[in-house]
Amino acid sequence: MINYLGDLLEGLLVTFELSFTALGIGMILGLAAALARTYGRKTLSYIANAYIELIRGTPLTVQLFIIYFGLPVLGLLFSPTLSAIVALGINSGAYQAEYFRGAIESIGGGQMEAALSLGMSRTQAIRRIILPQAVRLALPSWSNEAAYLPKYSSVAFLVTVPELMARAKVVISENLRPLEVYLVVGLIYLITIASLSKVLDMLYEKYKFTVE
Amino acid sequence: MGTREETTGGGRLTKVVSVRDVWKFYGKVEVVKGVSFDVDEGTTTVIFGPSGAGKSTLLRCINMLHIPDRGTVFLRDIDLMKAGHKLNYYRSKFGMVFQHFNLFNHMTVLENVMIGPKVVKRISSDEARLTATKALREVRMEDWSKHYPSQLSGGQKQRVGIARALAMDPEVLLFDEPTSALDPELIGEVLQTMLDLAKEKKTMICVTHEMGFAKAVSSEMIFMDEGVIVETGSPEHFFTNPTNERTKRFLGRLTELYGRHENKNEAVAGKK
Repeated sequence: MINYLGDLLEGLLVTFELSFTALGIGMILGLAAALARTYGRKTLSYIANAYIELIRGTPLTVQLFIIYFGLPVLGLLFSPTLSAIVALGINSGAYQAEYFRGAIESIGGGQMEAALSLGMSRTQAIRRIILPQAVRLALPSWSNEAAYLPKYSSVAFLVTVPELMARAKVVISENLRPLEVYLVVGLIYLITIASLSKVLDMLYEKYKFTVE
Repeated sequence: MGTREETTGGGRLTKVVSVRDVWKFYGKVEVVKGVSFDVDEGTTTVIFGPSGAGKSTLLRCINMLHIPDRGTVFLRDIDLMKAGHKLNYYRSKFGMVFQHFNLFNHMTVLENVMIGPKVVKRISSDEARLTATKALREVRMEDWSKHYPSQLSGGQKQRVGIARALAMDPEVLLFDEPTSALDPELIGEVLQTMLDLAKEKKTMICVTHEMGFAKAVSSEMIFMDEGVIVETGSPEHFFTNPTNERTKRFLGRLTELYGRHENKNEAVAGKK
């Protein structure tokens, strides 16, 4: 077993690379889409809404295959890893947008009014008052997303990214012990996600506050 | 900067705010229908009237939180409808105090009061801290600097809300029913703070039903109903011989509902 654990852990590093980068991209896209839906003018809000609905309404694998197999037809060629990161990031952004939008709505209009009444511009108010609260309030549901991503990122093995699942397949083709190897893989995911959740819980406890 | 001045009686009064034929619609509903009035420097104006009269909307039109659909508001000589990109700056000349406080939940008391000077006036954190501490002292909340809004009582929250507005050193303070969301026993401390400000000759426009407060400090009272000003005058006028039937009926109802507060607040006012 020791001889293939190293292979699997190398795969885990790729899984980390995929999921954390995608989580970051998703956070930027999600915040942008949530702000566009809440504070944007009609067109902007419509575009954000279309993005969210389109992504949430189609399977992740379809999105990944369009990027990896479909876009080269139009001359856009991404490496397997980049395709996976882009697909996961765009996908996660749509879900994160909904978490952030819920958080922004629970903050209420009074905070914006108070910020504007001090003379802040809308941009200043969003940056100083709305965003810091939205991120903190969204943290519990955002933790879900952070826990999903390492698992969802396993679709990347469909486009030959050497992440944890892909490595497992290679290991099994050599040692022919699927039960043992997949149990170990499951355990690796479990430990990863449990630790991640713990860290996010601690962050939430540290920064939580009460909305009036 | 030129100011419009006029002589009334013995004292020279400077108009700080002039509301000119302000209209505001929400869809087809007319909420404010052609309101005009002036506010002199150093005076307190009380706006009162039944809910849905358009008082809060009017107050938000004054600092352009809601842009009027017709008419305009002058801050001294500045036409706020023509302020363009400087509107945010002029808005900072109005301090606003809200019914539901609207303190920034994720910030301590001190940070709440510091953020305006820091972000809008772009002064250093140290200077902003001094300004904020001074404002908090004025509302007797300096000992609560490190607390979060959720750890305060309603009355304390509202005093921080007042300090936050004061820290910007505004020309005018706007109060939107500052005591309506408070438990009766907490109203006194907020009214006391407002009375102190009135006595310091801060220019204030207050939407409130606290008639004791109005009686004690206001120089002008405005009764609004259904989006229009029904009657204006001094407190003496309103409490001795209001002319309009609607005003009389409303004041009668207020006395029934708020009679006890009024007495209590007069007691507060009397202490000074």
